[in-house]
Amino acid sequence: MADRKIFSGGEFLITDAAPDDVFTPEDFTDEHKMIYETARDFVTKEVEPNIDKLEEKDHDLTLDILAKAGELGLLGTDVPEEYGGLGLDKVSTTVVTEAIAPAGSFAVVHGAHTGIGSLPIVYFGTEEQKKKYLPKLASGEWCGAYCLTESGAGSDALNAKTKAVLSDDGKYYILNGEKMFITNAGWASSFIVYAKVDGEKFTGFIVEKDFPGVSTGAEEKKMGVHGSSTRPVILEDAKVPVENVLFEIGKGHKIAFNILNIGRWKLGAGAVGGCKICVTNSVKYANGRTQFKVPISSFGMIKTKLADMAIRTYMSDSMMYRLAGMFDDKLGTLDDEDKKSGAENAKAIEEYAAECSITKVYGSEILDYCVDEYVQILGGYGFCSEYPAERYYRDSRINKIWEGTNEINRMLVPGTMMRRAMQGRLNLFPAAKAIAGELMSYSPLSVQLPDTPLALQEHIVKMSKKIALMVAGVSAQKFQQDLAKEQEVMAKIADIVIEIFAMESGLLRTLKMISKEGEEKAKYQIAAVKVYVDENIPKIETWAKQILAYVEEGDMLRTQLAGVKKLARYQPIDTVSLKRAVADRVIELESYPF
Amino acid sequence: MDIIICVKRIPMTQEVDLEIDDSGKDIKKDALAYVVNDWDNYAIEESVILKEKLGGTVTVITVGDEDDEDVLRRALAMGADKAIRIEPGELELDGFLISNILAQVIKGLEYDLVLTGVQADDDNFGMVGIMLAEKLGLAHSAVVTGFEAEGSEATINVELEGGLDEVSKIKLPALLSIQTGINEPRYVSIMGIRKAGKKELNVVKVEDIGLSDEELVRQTIIEEYFLPPETEGAEMIEGDPSNVAEAILRILKEKGVSV
Repeated sequence: MADRKIFSGGEFLITDAAPDDVFTPEDFTDEHKMIYETARDFVTKEVEPNIDKLEEKDHDLTLDILAKAGELGLLGTDVPEEYGGLGLDKVSTTVVTEAIAPAGSFAVVHGAHTGIGSLPIVYFGTEEQKKKYLPKLASGEWCGAYCLTESGAGSDALNAKTKAVLSDDGKYYILNGEKMFITNAGWASSFIVYAKVDGEKFTGFIVEKDFPGVSTGAEEKKMGVHGSSTRPVILEDAKVPVENVLFEIGKGHKIAFNILNIGRWKLGAGAVGGCKICVTNSVKYANGRTQFKVPISSFGMIKTKLADMAIRTYMSDSMMYRLAGMFDDKLGTLDDEDKKSGAENAKAIEEYAAECSITKVYGSEILDYCVDEYVQILGGYGFCSEYPAERYYRDSRINKIWEGTNEINRMLVPGTMMRRAMQGRLNLFPAAKAIAGELMSYSPLSVQLPDTPLALQEHIVKMSKKIALMVAGVSAQKFQQDLAKEQEVMAKIADIVIEIFAMESGLLRTLKMISKEGEEKAKYQIAAVKVYVDENIPKIETWAKQILAYVEEGDMLRTQLAGVKKLARYQPIDTVSLKRAVADRVIELESYPF
Repeated sequence: MDIIICVKRIPMTQEVDLEIDDSGKDIKKDALAYVVNDWDNYAIEESVILKEKLGGTVTVITVGDEDDEDVLRRALAMGADKAIRIEPGELELDGFLISNILAQVIKGLEYDLVLTGVQADDDNFGMVGIMLAEKLGLAHSAVVTGFEAEGSEATINVELEGGLDEVSKIKLPALLSIQTGINEPRYVSIMGIRKAGKKELNVVKVEDIGLSDEELVRQTIIEEYFLPPETEGAEMIEGDPSNVAEAILRILKEKGVSV
């Protein structure tokens, strides 16, 4: 860890990281590997045999399994030891989250409980609040839930109507309002509730299920994750002791947004776990299913699907663990006192808000892609609920909606980076300016690439960053403060930046592997990166040109378009053969191959 | 009670299409996942249960390379106190040689009980336990499904053919080969994993344990591995389910099954 350069949030776009700067799954310690095995073992033995019962929202069974997870430490990775947890690194949390993903709805129960249900207290609770609530949450004696959304406050989360008024005796806040779509509501004992003190000051509260005036409404009938409980939480003159105010009056947004950052990265980590299972289940079926007297995995189009699923999952995986490593490195810079301060921890995580949004969007969309192909490979059986593919397909969909819709998160990617640039925390604008100058003299024909594996892909990632900075710079110059209102432009910039983070994360991981284990051992990873870059540079070029066509006109447009064309110059390679090679490896191993 | 358990890390071979490697004397293992031998896992659990009940220490031993430390760390996380890995270097191993090596190392340790699994899931020889008992001069019992210590002896249950359960007494120290099902092996908790990182794991080189070159020679040599040839005689019944069911019933009746 000591050797890794610590990047500031969003800096990946302007500074090239070296392979040794990123954490990769190949860097897992023995402890990480054992934690993964424990979580997998738990899912295999406790959850999978009970999937049907859990899908029917079996209240007691769900809480039983949650308590068993607590006994094994699967609920306490982020809770400090002094409050009954384990206080592990973020890589360990990512490992647990990934390994629990195949638990379906239980993964949702687990994720909401350990993430948004517990972390507000870990990071923003007082000493007394931590002592009172965290041991119960870490052991699974209590289940936690998080109440931010209201009927009129979804993406516009701060528009909450729930009110909190101090009682006459000054001992309680009286809360009134209704929260919606609350995961774990049916079995939670504690709720993190946001309400506006005196109708103005947005504030967090720890609310117990048994406080007077707290109740839950009817279960929502959902498309997927049927085994998770989703209800409204109703507060009717709910009496919440003043000591249960979380953090400071009027500072609820700080809790809400920081916790969402973590929720987004954890969602991404869970999605990776789901993707890997999709690849494994798909290839097992494809190897066993015979049509025209041969296994369907021998057909080119099925191979393409298996390869694409595996390759995209590899990028997602590389990205998630890179980010987990960034958290750990950043948290490692805190001094002993700050390490104990939840708020300082949350601040260190906030550093990577843009990266959190990237992993959320990317992870959820790659999972959606994988579940779709999983159903497709199973054909008619994929559409029938006898096979898990159908459940995976339904369960995946929510991930593009919660923890901030993918639309909100796309806005946040360039939005957060621009804000940091304005604050002087990210040198975005000088970098963008420099490119304008470089472009005049840059000639792709004079580029001499070294004879090393993936040199071309390294070059393309660098050029993609220049394209991103160029179009972001041009757009910012044109729209200035109003850029955020140009949602279509923001979304395309986000897409470019997301793909850059994906390509670079896969590239750096693979280069690190080559340097440690040699080219031969990394040959499938090399193929994956080559395919992925090949498929994404044309997309990046197109998005950039679309942005420019909207932003610029006349000679300026022609000059800028020519600039993008120069930067994106790339001769396609034979990806059919590369994908076949990756698919054959998936078929041979009958599992996710990386 | 001080307990020593001998464990082995093995490739998972169930539900895998095994292939013979180029030498013709082994299977291809590079794509296989490795786990602790199932029987050994029960032995580890039994030792930890006994330690929790009676006190003492649990030492877990394996003969193997660095990768095999996985199963030692796992045992430490389940509750064993210390671990020893005996590095065999380039030695070609068989059950005889493994038991020679283990006996030599165990001789220098304090113990009341030595546990092994009944057999290992990879080659199913079931030799190490009994040979090790002989070399250590210990009473031995195999396929043990129950253990209750009483002072210098213990009551043990042994599973016999045909589902019979034999109860007998055995003098301690003894060596028992543990059968699956004797207990319910616990999960490896993250708390256990954290503790395991701080426990002792010593590595001993086989050339340093005091065995002569003659004692380090295996007694069995594998000549050939082959997959069983495909046999004739299978009848594929085709048609709709009711015809298939009828055909199966007919065949069962013909073969003398009363249905």
